[in-house]
Amino acid sequence: MLSVNVKYFGMVGEVTKKDNEKLNFNESVSVEELKNVILKKHPKLKKLDFQIALNLTIVDKDKKINNNDEIALLPPFAGG
Amino acid sequence: MELNDKQYYRYSRHILLDEIGEKGQLKLKVSKVLVVGAGGLGCPALMYLAAAGIGEIGIVDFDVVDESNLQRQILFGESVIGRNKAEAAAMRLADLNSDVNFKTHPFKLDTSNAITLLKNYDIIVDGTDNFATRYLINDACLLTDKPLVHGSIFKFQGQVSVFNYKNGPTYRCLFPDPPGANTVPSCSDIGVLGVLPGIIGSLMANEVLKIILDIGEIMTGEVMLYNALQNTNVKLKLVRNEEVIDRAPKSIAEFEKIDYDFFCGTINNPLEIGIETFVDSLKNGANIIDVREFGELPEINDFEFTQIPMSQIEIEYDRIAKEKEYVVVCQYGIRSLQVVEYLKNNYGYENLLSLKGGLVEYYKQTESKT
Repeated sequence: MLSVNVKYFGMVGEVTKKDNEKLNFNESVSVEELKNVILKKHPKLKKLDFQIALNLTIVDKDKKINNNDEIALLPPFAGG
Repeated sequence: MELNDKQYYRYSRHILLDEIGEKGQLKLKVSKVLVVGAGGLGCPALMYLAAAGIGEIGIVDFDVVDESNLQRQILFGESVIGRNKAEAAAMRLADLNSDVNFKTHPFKLDTSNAITLLKNYDIIVDGTDNFATRYLINDACLLTDKPLVHGSIFKFQGQVSVFNYKNGPTYRCLFPDPPGANTVPSCSDIGVLGVLPGIIGSLMANEVLKIILDIGEIMTGEVMLYNALQNTNVKLKLVRNEEVIDRAPKSIAEFEKIDYDFFCGTINNPLEIGIETFVDSLKNGANIIDVREFGELPEINDFEFTQIPMSQIEIEYDRIAKEKEYVVVCQYGIRSLQVVEYLKNNYGYENLLSLKGGLVEYYKQTESKT
């Protein structure tokens, strides 16, 4: 059993209507697989562009996620 | 070069710091900083840079001061509403510090003027409000080898980073592809806490000063995320991605040929109608729907329209006939496009177009002609 905390920034948080959520998995997943699970849960996110950080580092999609890892979904902000 | 007695006193709180001293203050005095966008982020950044005694400060902004800017753009007061922002900012800043040489650039930064302009400065500050200009500035900084201090805001959140510093990551390394058109609302569409750009713009000025003074940790290779509601800071690490940088233009000639609006998907949406076509369709008695909430400005006073606020669209959309053609309008053309897309995708409306640039752009263009 694998549990991760996912933080949502900017528009991603607007769409999911939360700042963060805990997700659980039965087996080890990659960043890409985690992204697909999140998109299934929040289909409106498919329209948005965002980067994914694993333990505070922006990473490639094939990185493996471990128990208790911190994930962050970061979209660009437009405002100035 | 040295400081005169007056300057020595004026900057004494800097000079007292071991990390700055007279030597550091002189470094600030010989530095040139270009701030693109004298808006929410640009105003506080400019104030601290001017107060710090930067030798030359360039200000780029084509826009004029609007009353709704005063909630956060702290360089401006009621007396300068309607004035160009670069010029109004320089006027206020000249009073703040007459030591500084201010250069105003009251036009839009584009591929034809960016390189020449950036070459004259040591550090570039990006306080713009759109992705086309952000990618343009990033690529121009790569070509001219200038460090880029980045800030961007969303409601109660901000991002700060330093790009292209000593071969560090660039904006493209953080966001390789521009976001889909109209997927990221701006402050004018979704709102912003007034003090938020004050905090983020101050952090940007801080990065500029540290780069010049060569002190502390420069925010390169990381992006800081600030949340004003939670009082939290998160720093995410990022690395330079040569594969992504390779997609940026490699020569000035190549750069000048890029249409950054097109690159960012901000033009040529078939669901949008431009101002000129809109003016023509008004003459032909087009049906207009205003999706702004009641009481929003600018007020429509030169054509007939039906108001159905976006918040009511779910309940009142059946007031819109399917056999007539409509143009949907709002302040800046973001919400109207969302409504057009929503009604098309959910209720099969194929007869709606959104006014690109919104009423603000419409009145700007039509009033300038009269």
